[in-house]
Amino acid sequence: MIEIENLWKSFNSNQVLTGLQLNIHDGESLVVIGKSGSGKSVLLKLMIGLLKPERGKIRIEREDIVGMGFRDLQKIRRRFGFVFQAAALFDSLTVAENVGLALRKFFHYSEGKIEHRIRECLAFVDLEGAENKYPAELSGGMKKRVGVARAIATYPQYILFDEPTTGLDPETAENINQLIVKLKNEMEVTSVVVTHDMHSAFTVGDRIVLLHDGKIEVEGSPTEIRKMVHPEVQKFLIGYTLNQY
Amino acid sequence: MIFKKLFKRMLKSIDIVALHLEDFFAEVGKYGKLLWWSVLSLTDFSTYGENTIKRMKFIGIRSLPIVFLTAAFMGMVEAVQVLYSLEDRAPYYLVGSVVVESIILELGPVLTALILAGRVGASIAAEVGTMRVTEQIDALEVIGFNPVAYLVVPTLIAGLVMVPVLTMFANVVGSISGWLISILTVNLSTAEFLKGARRFFLSWDLTYGLIKSAVFGFFISANAAYVGFFTTGGAEGVGKATTRSVVLSCVMILILDYFMAQFLLKIGY
Repeated sequence: MIEIENLWKSFNSNQVLTGLQLNIHDGESLVVIGKSGSGKSVLLKLMIGLLKPERGKIRIEREDIVGMGFRDLQKIRRRFGFVFQAAALFDSLTVAENVGLALRKFFHYSEGKIEHRIRECLAFVDLEGAENKYPAELSGGMKKRVGVARAIATYPQYILFDEPTTGLDPETAENINQLIVKLKNEMEVTSVVVTHDMHSAFTVGDRIVLLHDGKIEVEGSPTEIRKMVHPEVQKFLIGYTLNQY
Repeated sequence: MIFKKLFKRMLKSIDIVALHLEDFFAEVGKYGKLLWWSVLSLTDFSTYGENTIKRMKFIGIRSLPIVFLTAAFMGMVEAVQVLYSLEDRAPYYLVGSVVVESIILELGPVLTALILAGRVGASIAAEVGTMRVTEQIDALEVIGFNPVAYLVVPTLIAGLVMVPVLTMFANVVGSISGWLISILTVNLSTAEFLKGARRFFLSWDLTYGLIKSAVFGFFISANAAYVGFFTTGGAEGVGKATTRSVVLSCVMILILDYFMAQFLLKIGY
């Protein structure tokens, strides 16, 4: 379980988070929506210790990571997978090397077992045969899927998705959504998905929260969110409804 | 009224200077912190071992052609100019002394370092900077790697080791090309050239040149890794980081060259 308590974060004079409270339960798929610049990606980076808050607590399995030393933080991070907005694949490594990098470093597996796990992860994201390709040879959607394969390679407990469908065509975006659903159903991981794509939110989320003015403004199941009359939620729903036509 | 205006301007100027000083010391602090983090990361050999070999190949082997070209012409130009200066004024065998000494003491280490600051420094700053702006460094951290051990430590070790090796290579190539020009353009024998080369040679001169090149190598790598590691601002930021790395390294090489000449030569003597 991830517990976030009274979290404050600013960049120079821009106050992004103002006392945010949020609990993420084991096995759930939580979607964080909010307009651009509302601090959604900042929240993900705070959860994994890439950014430090000014105030507040972030407890991962009851361990507060705020103020934690680098080595302890690295141990906590191994419980996470992170899918970056632009995939963030290592340019100088092949797809197989990208997926197997953490396995080779932290798992005392034989080379055969590592290669088997790489193939397994690539098969999960429908990218069999792409092992020897370099990131520059892949399309945007393929890069995202390699990003997912890299994130799941080390059997994480939590997976964080930063805008997984942004910049993709509708068909590829839908494939990514289905991949996130498949992850939840088959691997039982806890997912946190940051997006402003309401179709994606309704497809993958068990619970949706709206981040507004540095706080969680509303939260509910996809069904509850669809019925909400809150003005900020309505802005997202209107955009979603228009897209449906 | 005039004094009040002057006073206000003076305060504004002091304010600007103070802000620049604050930025400067903040940068120095960040630079020092990265180097200290690199020292602490030396225990993480499994992360930096393989990358260090790759970086050594990149800095060392791939720089051989440009270092060869620079050193060959450096030696030839030096020989032509010294022969011109000696004409009818001093014995020609002194060309060996001047060419070999100036290459070992100054031209070999400094020219090699300046060339590498451009070729290697720019490339490393651009590579690490691109990794920063495309979140690849964040990705390394997220999957449990120490990014300093993975990226910075190999660069520092490779610079520290390979720049002196390349300098030795440049010294040899420069001396040979100087000797070739000397025996081909004036009637000087190899024995006379060598007599000149031995005349003022001290083994400390070679050590001094190599110490200088190791210091230059360390700072070329450290500057490139530092500006790359803290790059911000997308593609434009990467371009600026690359330029900054080269300018910073070239200026540091020239300044450090003077101070090392002042202090190290006195020790050796």
